[in-house]
Amino acid sequence: MRAPGGPDARIGDVLLSVENVSLSFGGVKAISDVSLDIRKGEIRAIIGPNGAGKTSMLNVINGFYTPQRGRITFRGQTRSKMRPHEAAEGGIARTFQNVALFRGMSALDNIMAGRTLKMHKNLFWQLLRWGPAMAEEVAHRREVEEIIDFLKIQDIRRVPVGRLPYGLQKRVELGRALAMEPDLLLLDEPMAGMNLEEKEDMSRYILDANEHFGTTIALIEHDMGVVMDLSDRVVVLDHGIKIADGTPAEVKNDQAVIDAYLGVAH
Amino acid sequence: MHVEKQRPAGSALMHFLYLIFIDPFVQMAQAPDLLAQTLWEGLVSGMLYALIALGFVLIFKASGVFNFAQGIMVVFAALTLVGLYEAGVPAFLALALAIVVMFILAFVVERSVLRPLVGQPDIILFMATFGITYFLIGFGEIVFGGDPKVMITAPLYLPKGAITYHTLGGMVQLQKIDIAAAVIASLMVAGLAIFFSRTRIGRALRAVADSHEAALSVGISLEQIWVIVWFAAGLVALVTGIFWGARSDVSFALEVIALKALPVLILGGFTSIPGAIVGGLIIGLGEKIVEFYWGPLVGGGTDAWFAYVIALLFLLFRPQGLFGERIIERI
Amino acid sequence: MLYRETGQFKTTYQSDSAIFPILQDRIGLAVILAVAFIAIPATRNDFIINAVMTPFLIFALASIGLNILTGYTGLLSLGTGAFMGVGAYACYKLTTIFPQVNILVWVVASGFFSAAVGVLFGLPSLRIKGFYLAIATLAAQFFLEWCFIRVPWLYNYNVSGAIEVPQRELFGIIVTGPRATSETRYYIVLTLVVVLTWLASNLVHGRIGRMWMAVRDMDLAAELMGIRLLPTKLLAFAVSSFYCGVAGALMVFLWYGGAEASVFGINQSFTILFMVIIGGLGSMIGSFMGAALIFILPILLRFVPESLGLPLQSATVEQLSFMIVGAMIIVILIVEPAGLARLWQITKQKLRVWPFPY
Repeated sequence: MRAPGGPDARIGDVLLSVENVSLSFGGVKAISDVSLDIRKGEIRAIIGPNGAGKTSMLNVINGFYTPQRGRITFRGQTRSKMRPHEAAEGGIARTFQNVALFRGMSALDNIMAGRTLKMHKNLFWQLLRWGPAMAEEVAHRREVEEIIDFLKIQDIRRVPVGRLPYGLQKRVELGRALAMEPDLLLLDEPMAGMNLEEKEDMSRYILDANEHFGTTIALIEHDMGVVMDLSDRVVVLDHGIKIADGTPAEVKNDQAVIDAYLGVAH
Repeated sequence: MHVEKQRPAGSALMHFLYLIFIDPFVQMAQAPDLLAQTLWEGLVSGMLYALIALGFVLIFKASGVFNFAQGIMVVFAALTLVGLYEAGVPAFLALALAIVVMFILAFVVERSVLRPLVGQPDIILFMATFGITYFLIGFGEIVFGGDPKVMITAPLYLPKGAITYHTLGGMVQLQKIDIAAAVIASLMVAGLAIFFSRTRIGRALRAVADSHEAALSVGISLEQIWVIVWFAAGLVALVTGIFWGARSDVSFALEVIALKALPVLILGGFTSIPGAIVGGLIIGLGEKIVEFYWGPLVGGGTDAWFAYVIALLFLLFRPQGLFGERIIERI
Repeated sequence: MLYRETGQFKTTYQSDSAIFPILQDRIGLAVILAVAFIAIPATRNDFIINAVMTPFLIFALASIGLNILTGYTGLLSLGTGAFMGVGAYACYKLTTIFPQVNILVWVVASGFFSAAVGVLFGLPSLRIKGFYLAIATLAAQFFLEWCFIRVPWLYNYNVSGAIEVPQRELFGIIVTGPRATSETRYYIVLTLVVVLTWLASNLVHGRIGRMWMAVRDMDLAAELMGIRLLPTKLLAFAVSSFYCGVAGALMVFLWYGGAEASVFGINQSFTILFMVIIGGLGSMIGSFMGAALIFILPILLRFVPESLGLPLQSATVEQLSFMIVGAMIIVILIVEPAGLARLWQITKQKLRVWPFPY
């Protein structure tokens, strides 16, 4: 729990809000009538038992799933669904529960791929790889090297990510997302399967990204200790329904949340 | 004046539209016997496509491998049978030996291709079956020679000649061997259906199709299952090869025709036996009808691409095929 | 020992982003180019120049084309032969309609025709992948092949149904047709292949190459990073077909001297695909290695046993090469799915640290 006293100066207006969203696959309801908002500059956690609809919610936010009902407002623009490239162009980046790196590419190329939207030199210059195209390549390489330094992965730059251990893959994936210079970063279980030390490292990177780059972060995490330490506000989903929303302290003492986690009969 | 000028162009267009949209149907109505004959031919070739597709489906269901070599296995099986017979082996012994050869092939493929590649992406296994295809072509030609051969029918007691019906204002000819093929193919499909639903091995096969890991965890041996399905596909290939060979020569030139089972799979789905059959018949009928009635408009030979273009249209507008379910991608 | 990068410090990102960052690699490349441009023509050996080097380069170019599509973008195509055919027939039509225009202009322009056809047949790739797409490309293969036979306008109504390359000059030197010398043709092919390889290599090492590989490795993640799938895939189809088309035009105009539709059949598609698989999916140098291996294999099968006193019949040579290529595909996929290029990379890595194991 950070900033115990009063509102935090980091946190600004609502960046993204989701209103009354429902999503189902065939007959299975993944999300029912959930609303939540994410404020500029905050770290927002989404928690809940398995199958609560957390990942589905991230997929709705960055346009991979189309909700049957509800509205999404991002940077003041309201729409019924997001498209993946609109989300990316609007500055939403994402990491995945099961690492979704480009396995055949080196760590450097993966992170460079994160800069794609920011690179504009056309086919002609790309064919020559000279002049403006080379200047652009070098400029973005410089940015990417800063991220590589920040994540301390200098020594694995040239290694194809498929051959890296899991913890490092997660770090490269964070780097790729950061390379997009996102306004909103969605992290799906960034610490799943990590040991304590790796978790501490990853927490550090998340906090630093939030503080240094001012990135708004929404994360799904199962480790309650991490969630309570990192996040400003927590929303709790269970069976696709929002059961609680508030500061970590509020949520921790919420009876519905305790019931959901301990499995009290509804 | 103005109207005068436009008329020739207009009438040429009308004539063209007439040739496409009306004339073929007039022809059909005027000569129903030819239509019936064309439909029959379409059904017969469709059945053979369906049989090749059936081999694909068997292997795909049980191992997730898209076996590009199925068409070549058809030719290879037929070539083995004829080659042994020509070398002086009695017909039914040659048939039995061809079955043994297909079993050995299944065993060798499992050992040397599938087992080392287990767990690789599907596309790698798919490409490996290209390797099997080329290997079998080279191997078959070295052993049995590259010249086209004639399928043995009489020594296997398969009927010869045709039944002619004088009907529909003309005559319709049905080759007896085609009728025999239809009967035996139906029996084989029924046999496979019973095998899958009633026997222990059949149920195990379906379990493997659902999940490799789950099947392993309840003690089903993947290696055995693979040998069995490849052998079953080899048997289907042998039957297909006999009847196909009886309609034309036995040579690796059949390979190009065998590829038409691939569009059949797009229509019917990769995992459905009824789908393979229906898809095969649709493609067979369609290409014969189109070639007979519309082919002359464009110079003929449309059956070289008709099946693929139909498949392409399906892929564009209905990628899941006729019966397939939509797959939701999850991440 | 000679292959060391010690002491070669990169002081700028530009030098570190170079395609050949290590000095020895650049020297090696220069030596290869010198051999290709000077030593090989100096042999004046018609067999080497016309029957080995020229076709090898053309196949390598086609392999680069297919590798862009299959190796870099992960879209499997069985229509390479037909796309090469589009290039060849387009070049033939263009040069017979406009004979006064420089033939090289038409060779390159024919690539654009092929690219357009490639884009058309690449449209289904938005929704399908893997073997589904492979089947869709078979439609291109068989439909185009049919056009090459049944549309007589494409071969100027020749009775033979084949295209015959007319004689064309470039700066007063005969470059196509039966009277062109092997050396001339070789130089033209070599120059074009070197330039096009350089351009392709630039492309795959930059933003566009990364977009292609991202789509190949994880299309959903690529999309969520703002890479639009359809334009990216269609660009791959376009560039790939361009290369295949130019290779097809070169094949007919500077090697065969004439061709019929069967040259661009499904077997050509497979030959090129095998070159790419064996050489290495997603590798420029692999395209050359694969082309060399598969093209030279039948030549070796013909001449090695002959020199040992065991001449093989040409049918046997063909059958044996089918078997060997088939077996090689399987072995490569089992041992090293990234092909010869990866083995080459491993060798270089070993050399770099030699005599220590790592």
